[in-house]
Amino acid sequence: MSEIKTFRLDGVAIEFKDGDTIMDAALRAGAYIPHLCHNPEFTPHGSCRVCLVEVSGRRVSACTQPAATGLDVDNSSGAIVEERRNLLQMLFVEGNHVCPGCEKSGACQLQAVAYYTGMLSPHYTHFFPQRSVDASHPDTMIDFNRCILCELCVRASRDIDRKHVFSISGRGIGSHLTINSPGGKLGDSTFAATDKAARVCPVGAILPKHRGYEQPIGERLYDRLPVSIVGDVAAHESGDQGDEHD
Amino acid sequence: MTDKIRVSTATLCGCFGCHMSLLDIDERILELVQLVEFDRSPITDIKTVGDCDIGLIEGGVANAENVEVLRDFRKHCKVLVAVGACAVNGGIPAMRNTFELKECLEEAYIDGIGVANPQIPNDPEIPMLLNKVHPIHEVVKVDYFLPGCPPSADAIWTFLTELIEGRPVSFPYEQIHYD
Ligand code: SF4
Ligand code: SF4
Repeated sequence: MSEIKTFRLDGVAIEFKDGDTIMDAALRAGAYIPHLCHNPEFTPHGSCRVCLVEVSGRRVSACTQPAATGLDVDNSSGAIVEERRNLLQMLFVEGNHVCPGCEKSGACQLQAVAYYTGMLSPHYTHFFPQRSVDASHPDTMIDFNRCILCELCVRASRDIDRKHVFSISGRGIGSHLTINSPGGKLGDSTFAATDKAARVCPVGAILPKHRGYEQPIGERLYDRLPVSIVGDVAAHESGDQGDEHD
Repeated sequence: MTDKIRVSTATLCGCFGCHMSLLDIDERILELVQLVEFDRSPITDIKTVGDCDIGLIEGGVANAENVEVLRDFRKHCKVLVAVGACAVNGGIPAMRNTFELKECLEEAYIDGIGVANPQIPNDPEIPMLLNKVHPIHEVVKVDYFLPGCPPSADAIWTFLTELIEGRPVSFPYEQIHYD
């Protein structure tokens, strides 16, 4: 037997295996590090930065940082939580997140992580960008106003569905999600509602049509318990979306 | 004279839902009026705001009058609170920000279904609309934010009682939501 390797997360020893990131080991140990673009089924992407932690005086993203013996990882000091909250506030003001009018509300991971970090206001000045809604597909719609560019749909479509339906174009603040199809619309792409890519979006950007507001307020995914206990949205998506509460 | 805490409330570009939620504290309002005295508010129908300890603002900033009222509140209130989604981030009314103001007005008053005598209202009594709807923190400094569409009566109660008692305000998990 090789000896057990550990690092410390907020002072608590966490075991890890060779090749683990800090996030991998924390997830296995049941310790919550807030995240949006991470999903253990896919290659880490490190783009949302919400899982930032401090290791030896440096800010790193837990989903890409390899675990190593003896690391002292700060996941919950006031400064870390505040930076995380600022990152979330930027995600909110960069898009158009009108939660009272969003079918995902109550079961949205962006919202849930924002609640978890104590975000009460967007703090920054809103961009109010002009973005569109793509309702061209018979079964699935995309509201680009709510896309946080986590690339989970990109990874799912590429690595699991083998279709490459989604990609991110542009740079910096001009980055946006695009559909790889002749007309740039979901309706003329090879996307199907049964694709993995239909079930990974952490927010209300990719949504099934013909249903909505099915769970009453008070019974939605994050209404009673925080994301640290409930877990990711994607982990609650069955093959047929929304069935988990039936 | 009374040494009760003075509270003013106003609705800017909102639906009065947050005020309804305040009234939803039900019989606790009897406890509240032992502690506070309402100044300008739809509840008292007083039209001008005097010097106050707490100003509760519902609604975002959509027209010139909203700007004036908000600035007046900021001037007169020691603590200014954004109450509800519209005050916090513009809310549903800010969905018009995706369109040009002209398009919105034409849709409502020129091309709308069943519009008779189509014309865009321009009576000088009507406050001028801003190009976009803004959350109140983009216009004045805001001290506290209470999200929700509307914030529940319990959330409002938690907020007011903790603020009045001078405690740091913290909410049970279920009381904070953005919808
Ligand atoms: S995607 Fe989430 S954060 Fe955005 S509007 Fe919908 S519920 Fe709110
Ligand atoms: S559509 Fe959803 S899954 Fe795809 S990048 Fe945007 S937020 Fe992520």
